[in-house]
Amino acid sequence: MEPRIGVYVCHCGSNIAGTVDVEEVARFAQDLDSVVVARAYKFMCSEPGQDLIKNDIKELGLNRVVVASCSPTMHEPTFRRACQEAGVNPYLFEMANIREHCSWVTEDKQEATEKANALVSGAVRRVYYHQPLETREVPVNANTLVVGGGIAGIQAALKVADSEHKVYLVEREPSVGGHMAQLDKTFPTLDCSACILTPKMTLVGSHPYIELMTYSQVEEVSGYIGNFKVKIRKKARYVDEDKCTGCGLCQTKCPWKVDSEFEAGLGKRKAIYTPFPQAVPNIPVIDKEHCAYFLKGTCRLCEKLCEAKAIDFEQKDKIIEVEVGSIILATGFNVFDPTPIYQYGYKRLDNVITSLEFERIVNSSGPTDGNIVLKDGSTPESIAIIHCVGSRDEKYHEYCSRVCCMYSMKLAHLIKEHTEAEVYEFYIDIRSFGKGYEEFYNRVQNEGTIFIRGRPAEITNIAEKPEEEGKLIIQFEDTLIGRQRRLPVDMVILSVALEPQPDVEAVARLFNISRSADGFFLERHPKLDPVATMTDGIFVAGCCQSPKDIPDTVAQASAAAAEVLAMISKGKVEIEAATAVINEKICSGCQTCKLVCPFGAISFEEEKEVCRVNEALCKGCGACVGGCPSDAISLNHFTNEQIVAQMEGMLV
Amino acid sequence: MKNFVEEIAATPGGENIRACIQCGICTGSCPVANEMEYPPREIIAMIRAGMRDEVLSSNSMWYCLSCYMCTVRCPRGVKPTELAHALESMANQQGFRVKRTRTPAMYRSFVSSIKGNGRVHEFGMMFRYYLTTNPLAALKMLPVGLKLFLRKRMPLIPKRVKGKEDLSKLRQKLGEIRGRQ
Amino acid sequence: MKYYSYFPGCSSEATAKGLGLSVQAIAKPLDMELIELDDWTCCGSTPYGSLDEREAILVAARNLALAEKTGVDLITPCSSCFVTLYGANLRLKQHTQLMREVNEALAVINLEYHGEVRVRQLMEVIFRDITPEVIASKVKRPLNGLKVAPYYGCQMVRPDYGFDDPEFPQSLDILVNSLGGEAVPYPLKNRCCGGSLIIPEEGLALGLIRKLLENAVENCAQCIITPCPLCQMNLDAYQSKVNSKFKTNCNLPVLFTSQLIGIALGIDPISLGLNTNIVSPSKVLDYISRVKQEAKSGT
Repeated sequence: MEPRIGVYVCHCGSNIAGTVDVEEVARFAQDLDSVVVARAYKFMCSEPGQDLIKNDIKELGLNRVVVASCSPTMHEPTFRRACQEAGVNPYLFEMANIREHCSWVTEDKQEATEKANALVSGAVRRVYYHQPLETREVPVNANTLVVGGGIAGIQAALKVADSEHKVYLVEREPSVGGHMAQLDKTFPTLDCSACILTPKMTLVGSHPYIELMTYSQVEEVSGYIGNFKVKIRKKARYVDEDKCTGCGLCQTKCPWKVDSEFEAGLGKRKAIYTPFPQAVPNIPVIDKEHCAYFLKGTCRLCEKLCEAKAIDFEQKDKIIEVEVGSIILATGFNVFDPTPIYQYGYKRLDNVITSLEFERIVNSSGPTDGNIVLKDGSTPESIAIIHCVGSRDEKYHEYCSRVCCMYSMKLAHLIKEHTEAEVYEFYIDIRSFGKGYEEFYNRVQNEGTIFIRGRPAEITNIAEKPEEEGKLIIQFEDTLIGRQRRLPVDMVILSVALEPQPDVEAVARLFNISRSADGFFLERHPKLDPVATMTDGIFVAGCCQSPKDIPDTVAQASAAAAEVLAMISKGKVEIEAATAVINEKICSGCQTCKLVCPFGAISFEEEKEVCRVNEALCKGCGACVGGCPSDAISLNHFTNEQIVAQMEGMLV
Repeated sequence: MKNFVEEIAATPGGENIRACIQCGICTGSCPVANEMEYPPREIIAMIRAGMRDEVLSSNSMWYCLSCYMCTVRCPRGVKPTELAHALESMANQQGFRVKRTRTPAMYRSFVSSIKGNGRVHEFGMMFRYYLTTNPLAALKMLPVGLKLFLRKRMPLIPKRVKGKEDLSKLRQKLGEIRGRQ
Repeated sequence: MKYYSYFPGCSSEATAKGLGLSVQAIAKPLDMELIELDDWTCCGSTPYGSLDEREAILVAARNLALAEKTGVDLITPCSSCFVTLYGANLRLKQHTQLMREVNEALAVINLEYHGEVRVRQLMEVIFRDITPEVIASKVKRPLNGLKVAPYYGCQMVRPDYGFDDPEFPQSLDILVNSLGGEAVPYPLKNRCCGGSLIIPEEGLALGLIRKLLENAVENCAQCIITPCPLCQMNLDAYQSKVNSKFKTNCNLPVLFTSQLIGIALGIDPISLGLNTNIVSPSKVLDYISRVKQEAKSGT
């Protein structure tokens, strides 16, 4: 059928029309080969705009459509749908981007109009060679994988599992709970963190639709949306989970002490341990690197004492393979280590600690039983809390960590609750943005915490006056007064930044998702699609996407669960048709395409000695087309013919 | 006529001034902050408020001893040391006479010694400085000056170098170039 | 043999005589050939830039143009000359309009500059090109555990083109240890001595100098070493003024780093200008030779 092309040039208000002479472009397009009609209109993406296209298709018998407007990432789906509704295959549509590529990059009207003409001419010549294509549908596996057992992962897992679909929850530590389990009270309500978390942890451990795998890590991921295959390594606990009763005797009696990660290094655990008393599952783990049996072949006291005979030194790691339809990443954050900030004296001077370390100190089940004490055991009379350590600093992290102002004020409140100490908050700006947050700030001010606006220059122990002897001295500018001051205190708490986990790069590669410039996982769209990623079927929730507080984390986790449930509910998913196709007659089986494909979408068929494209995995990047030495592979919707026509259209 | 912020942002040394978040770490790090009329952070705030005369007539930048602590610690990449020197040059070139600091006078003696000899003759520079500011203070300097002289660290006769003529020609040419602009 | 173009700086023939002499003295033993830049003129330092930035860059550029003709790195022992020359060089390379203007002026004296010079601080050259290991191998008179407070000052480690860590530098400590001395912990080792403010704002600067001297004494230093002419003068020549103003009785020798290196290399005190130090370094020399004597006589 002879192509009959309709061209529509969008004003986009003044976004395009302010620079490009859209009427001129429409006139130019009208004269092009095979163009039946060319119009300019204010807002093509609006309903009347789309109706223009649909009416012309019906009345003028159009079978190809070109819209010159914004970027395809904005409205290609919109116009494709409009074509489809009017009976034209959506792939017989082409967009010319005369906004992001044209009107938005120059102020020169003549230049812009000329370029718009060229882009439209290219699009018109290209669309002439478009072929109708069909999308495929693949079924969606109703299982879900949630990676990370902090509050984000727990919430997401519960929300999906409550729909009576199976969830695999994988957590790398021996227990779920994440960082939230380490906190004392949470802002602004001052709920005890463990009290609100542990019920959810217990639920997750006993939910009929959640298979909880702790002390486990994802090792391999393959497949595509709706059909992922995941290999999980369940590390050996050296304790038989079916036999262990959780009595805790082994832990009590084990003679080998190790710095506890849960206590932020301030307390000890044993070589056989559960990280904290409310651990879920309440089954201990033997730390191979500190256990006398594994190191020297001695001891075995736990084995002797265990009445349930649950200790099994011969246990091996297990690799478990699961099939899921979607994956939610909730791998959380790491806490910034302020050691590089030499002038703050962390690890150099006594009684300079991080906020997380202080959470453990003030926690009644922590290493000091909730007593706020200095290194020598005495009670501090003055404590300074320094905001923005590692945040808002081009040398470390340019971003603001969002929660530190609030958690700093919470710590100030707790100090006032537990001691008579003077508390100073050193801030640059107070970010108390959430529900009840500003009210909390007000409360903390009224409790007597002194707020000083000024980022401290240094913390030193070199006294210049008698009252500074034996103290930590903070040198800073009190910016609201405009003078440099020195303040002696007993203890300094550094409110450290939230940063991506140390293995975030490896994890991103494992799941094939991108990261933003700050290192956190990249969402599909910062405003309109904050839990999806560019990889279909993989979602993110919580701090692994960006620093946030518990309310936002839980909301995001529920959002990710909702997206997953939508997929499960529909049961099938559409696969984009612009995929690569191999002409088996020409293919020599050299496998160059397989080597080049970044998505692992190409496989080699032994019997036929040719390669084959998995259309569901193929993203249409075209690397294989460029790599094939025999021209055996072509890309649907991006054929050589189409591309050359487009170039000719633009250059002529 | 550009406003003062634009003027400073376009001057080498003042480039990042708009990025300042007024955190005060520059002032907190400065060894002489409390001597300045307005500490570094405040000078930046005043520039952004367009207070041209107050900034250029203040003694603040003349106290800067180029220790660069502020520049090292600034979280936004502002360079207060370079800014201070740019402000000094601006103030001097535009005829602002600053009270409450003797540093400009010392700098003038320093530069005049270079112009006269091609290199700095320290004795000559000190002599001229005390003469123009406070001759009596020179007496208090005598013990140190004497010790330096006795240890052969204070030659009384300057060493004039040929390059002195070159410098003179350079100054003249720059004057011509400036005249054109 | 490593060749360098050498910019002594105005003070190396006057208040920093000890620096000028000792640098020349240690060059040959360290396999460095320092060729003094012919007809160099003052770099301008902070004062020139503070009065007229454009003219100051031009003044500095004259030396850069002369150095460019030699084809080798331009090194200077003075921290301030380093910052001035390096800074001018950087600015010229970043602003083509400025470079054009400077070259238009330089043409009048038959010079031109293309931005090819590498400006380096002497300490950085000694640390990176010569290396502490090689220096250690050339030591003839090990310092025998002499407790030294290495004072870096500001402009050797800051701004961002200074070498070594700006908050916690280590290079001089390593150097001292490689000479057989003991670098004592010295928390204020990179804090400002007051610089040129010693003249117009003496009281203020003396306060800063006092802190530095006290901190060195508190950490049991037998002497301070420093690479910078102004720092040395402030800590050395003004020590008596610090004592009289604050009623202290500090008597700490302040040596140039190059002087200490020279002692360890076995060079005689006069060639190192040790007779120009105000606070007598005789205690230091006695200590080193006494320990050597004791080692010899077996006591």
